[in-house]
Amino acid sequence: MPIEFRKEYFADERDDNLNEIGKPTQRQDMLGHVTGRSPFYDDHLFDGLCHIRCVRSPHHHARVRRIDVSEAERVPGVRRVILARDVPHNLNTLLSLMDFGLDDEPMLTPEGAEVRYRGEPVAAIVADTERIAREAVAKVRVDYEVLPHVLDVEEAVKPGAVAVNPAYPANKFVYHGKYDHQKLRYGDVEAGFRQADRVIEGRYQMSPIEQAPIETCGAIAAPETNDRYVCYTSTQALFFSLGTAAKLLDISSARLHLIGGTVGGGFGGKVDSIHEPLAILGTVLTGRPCKAMFDREEEMQVGAPRGAERWYITDGVMNDGTLVARKFVGYFDAGAYTRLSSYAIIKGVGHLPGPYTIPNVYADVYCVFTNRTPATAMRGFGVTGVDFAIESHMDVVADELGLDPIEMRIKNAYRDGDMKAHRRLAKNTALVECCQVAAEKAGWPLSAEARAASSLTGGGGARGEMPAFTALDEHGRVSGYESGSYAQGDRPRGEAAGSGAQGRSGSGTPSGQPSPRPRAEPPRAPQPTRVEPTRAEPARAEPQWSDPYAGRPSAPAGTAPASPRPERSPAPDAGPDGTAPRRGPRFASISGLRRR
Amino acid sequence: MPVAVSTFRTLSEAARAFESDRAARIYSGGTIVMRDVNEGDVSFNRLIRITDPAYRAVSVGSEIRLGGGVTMGEIAAHRDLAFLAPVARAVGGPQVRTVATVAGNLFAPRPYGEMAAALVALGAVAETAEGRRLPVEELVRGAPRALVAAVAFPRPSGDFRFAKVTRVRPKGAALMSIAALLPRGGSGETRIVFNGMGPHPVRAVAAERALAGRASDPSAIAAAARAAAEGLSPLDDALASAWYRREVAGVHLKRLLESR
Amino acid sequence: MAKTPIAFTHNGDERAVFVDDGQNLLDMLRRTAGDLTPKYGCGQGTCGACTVLVDGAPQLACITLAETVDGRRIDTVAGLAAGQGGGRLSPLQKAFMDNFAAQCGYCTDGMLMSATALLARNPRPSRDEVVEAISGNLCRCTGYEAIINAVLQAASGGGSAQAGRR
Repeated sequence: MPIEFRKEYFADERDDNLNEIGKPTQRQDMLGHVTGRSPFYDDHLFDGLCHIRCVRSPHHHARVRRIDVSEAERVPGVRRVILARDVPHNLNTLLSLMDFGLDDEPMLTPEGAEVRYRGEPVAAIVADTERIAREAVAKVRVDYEVLPHVLDVEEAVKPGAVAVNPAYPANKFVYHGKYDHQKLRYGDVEAGFRQADRVIEGRYQMSPIEQAPIETCGAIAAPETNDRYVCYTSTQALFFSLGTAAKLLDISSARLHLIGGTVGGGFGGKVDSIHEPLAILGTVLTGRPCKAMFDREEEMQVGAPRGAERWYITDGVMNDGTLVARKFVGYFDAGAYTRLSSYAIIKGVGHLPGPYTIPNVYADVYCVFTNRTPATAMRGFGVTGVDFAIESHMDVVADELGLDPIEMRIKNAYRDGDMKAHRRLAKNTALVECCQVAAEKAGWPLSAEARAASSLTGGGGARGEMPAFTALDEHGRVSGYESGSYAQGDRPRGEAAGSGAQGRSGSGTPSGQPSPRPRAEPPRAPQPTRVEPTRAEPARAEPQWSDPYAGRPSAPAGTAPASPRPERSPAPDAGPDGTAPRRGPRFASISGLRRR
Repeated sequence: MPVAVSTFRTLSEAARAFESDRAARIYSGGTIVMRDVNEGDVSFNRLIRITDPAYRAVSVGSEIRLGGGVTMGEIAAHRDLAFLAPVARAVGGPQVRTVATVAGNLFAPRPYGEMAAALVALGAVAETAEGRRLPVEELVRGAPRALVAAVAFPRPSGDFRFAKVTRVRPKGAALMSIAALLPRGGSGETRIVFNGMGPHPVRAVAAERALAGRASDPSAIAAAARAAAEGLSPLDDALASAWYRREVAGVHLKRLLESR
Repeated sequence: MAKTPIAFTHNGDERAVFVDDGQNLLDMLRRTAGDLTPKYGCGQGTCGACTVLVDGAPQLACITLAETVDGRRIDTVAGLAAGQGGGRLSPLQKAFMDNFAAQCGYCTDGMLMSATALLARNPRPSRDEVVEAISGNLCRCTGYEAIINAVLQAASGGGSAQAGRR
């Protein structure tokens, strides 16, 4: 279907005399694509290429008692069996590269430690052919002590639930060193619910979605001149892969030459940097070029999907369809490890309450660890799931009120100059016009009033003001975490004790087991006088503060802190690559991430 | 251990080699066995190829005989096998049909087996290379370790119909498929076969009984639709639940019977 | 490991290679013959990224035993442009470019070969016939419409189709 430009809208906001924008242009890589010459990572041939295949846990959750590789090592053509003890720095979290989150995931699970999802690797075989590698994988004997597992987000956050990830013993990611969830507070939703004609709740669930690129994830590494290693990779995030490989392998990134650029379909699923460290380590240990790649089954089963989400939405609404309060309780299923789920929630909460101007908004969103495949990025992750919930709920609310769902959207849509719940003024808004065009295309009748509405009018004024009062609370407050303690470099190097620690660098190195943190529990506080109108939360204290920030930005979800944060105390040791840890306000880098 | 390949010029030599080597599998079209080779399946270490022209032969008379190695593409393009073309075209995509064979389809695991279902409906007999004859209806039940040299069935005198039910079109794995042989003029056997309503292609005996001799009678069609899943044991899988299959089996059978 | 000598015609050139036991055609073409245009996507005969023509018929290289192509003719994308002499693009390749029929490019080689097989036996296919011909090739980027339009444009003699550049 040809694209239709509706240039009658916002004509004065746009120049139409631009050379490139608004004009069709050819892809720079199209000629390579149609001639089969675009260089994908697997198109780099090496004589004597070795193949790496992983031994994977068949259990959702188990303790690895013993790994017996003796039979596998005797298979002719097997060059090396890689175990956790071969990984110099066997603990990482992807976003540690921007100081966000605790290291929580080993590259390979050592003996004595736990596997936390089905398919988690415990060993890797380097062999002359893929077939030999597969045969040797089948000959590795792993003695597992099967442990109870948890696969549901709300089960996982109940007291007494199976602890999935020792970095976060309560199965909840800790935000900003303070809370076991990401908060958004704007106005007072309880007051909004009291004022509303109707309070309407909904529950929405989205399943994990596999990105399913046609090219499976992988990397090929080989020795290069000057004591370097070259690595051709399918990565979508070359510098994540570079930094992650350097960290896990305790090797200067200057010695790693990563080459990417042509990705055979990514959709977010090629950022996790799983294969680059493994392929390079295989090359380091054997001196041979090594390829690590998912086969199709691994891509679907082990490759990190878009995570599952569960949302509870409660709307306070007037009989004419005006939304006066909206409350979210969300649970992202991160699977066993953080990867990018923590960031997805920052982004998602920044997006609430959807493209609508609502004076009272509240959100508690949890990044929950379960024994499922770790989740990661996929096309608008963090936003698509909650948009599905929001727009479904808009339809439900309109239906309950007997209103036209498109007109209800137009009524509540952001107008230019409105204050958004994350405390930025709305500009260049266009939902009203989108609704009008969609209705026109669908032959959906709209009232004259809805047809006459515009994003340019009706906004601002009182709608552009901050709420006079914002109800704050301390629920979900955790202790034992410091906002400045996220980076690996903050921790004494030898702190993570455990089996298998045999770092080549000589210093005590993490062994694939995050060090347990104090159990995060919300502080108990007197029951507030107010009663929560929804059932989303177990009876949990929500003390009302005398609010010093009421009426002005208070470091809400997804925005840079508005108030100065305490500098963290000096780190006791150097970072993994020997550099001094960076100082400064924490989390600022997340805004950098958001710019991607 | 790598997978060795042995190529034989005659069916009987191939059969002897297959018989004497439990670690051998037949390479017919390769669409299923090569997956297992690629996945490093160590339960076999030898592939047996057959280049005997008889394995690829088609003969059409009052009896139709298809060599085990006849491909779906060949059937779909064969002038005298037009009634089977919709079945052949339902197997895989174009690339798979270039190589997928009649004999291979008899051993294809769920959700595959469209041609097997059709052959059960047509009352086909499988001939092994050693000359044993076994109704396809029985063969699919037990999937014996045998080299099927050919299948044979009488040219259908009645009306043969086939439908594949998929969520994705034009190529998707079947939730179920239905093959029906409906006698013309009231004489002859009515055979209704479902694939996907059990572990292998099965006859819907209750539906056959409801239709016997009056396959165009609306009340008989309605009765057959009601009885479609009777006695059948569909399974849950990633494509559909057993419940769903039971619910829709009659709907799809009715559509097939009413189609003209 | 036993090596079996085979000979085949590769995009018009005579080739003789040794194949390994159990080696599939995809591996042979890529590693032994050095033709990187067929791609690995699944190893299961599901995605179509490894589609090549064997004696003109589309086949999935990943589930074809390499030694079965002894004495046969293999055509791949590497031969499409060369076939036009002097490396000019074929009308199909041109149409793919004009219609934005590739994004990541990974399925493109297989798509081009399936479409080539179609146009060789049916130079004026209907839209349904195009859909059927590429039904064994998965694409995760384009949503297929652009590819279908490209094949139709190539079939109509390379003129600008309705979905060509605006």
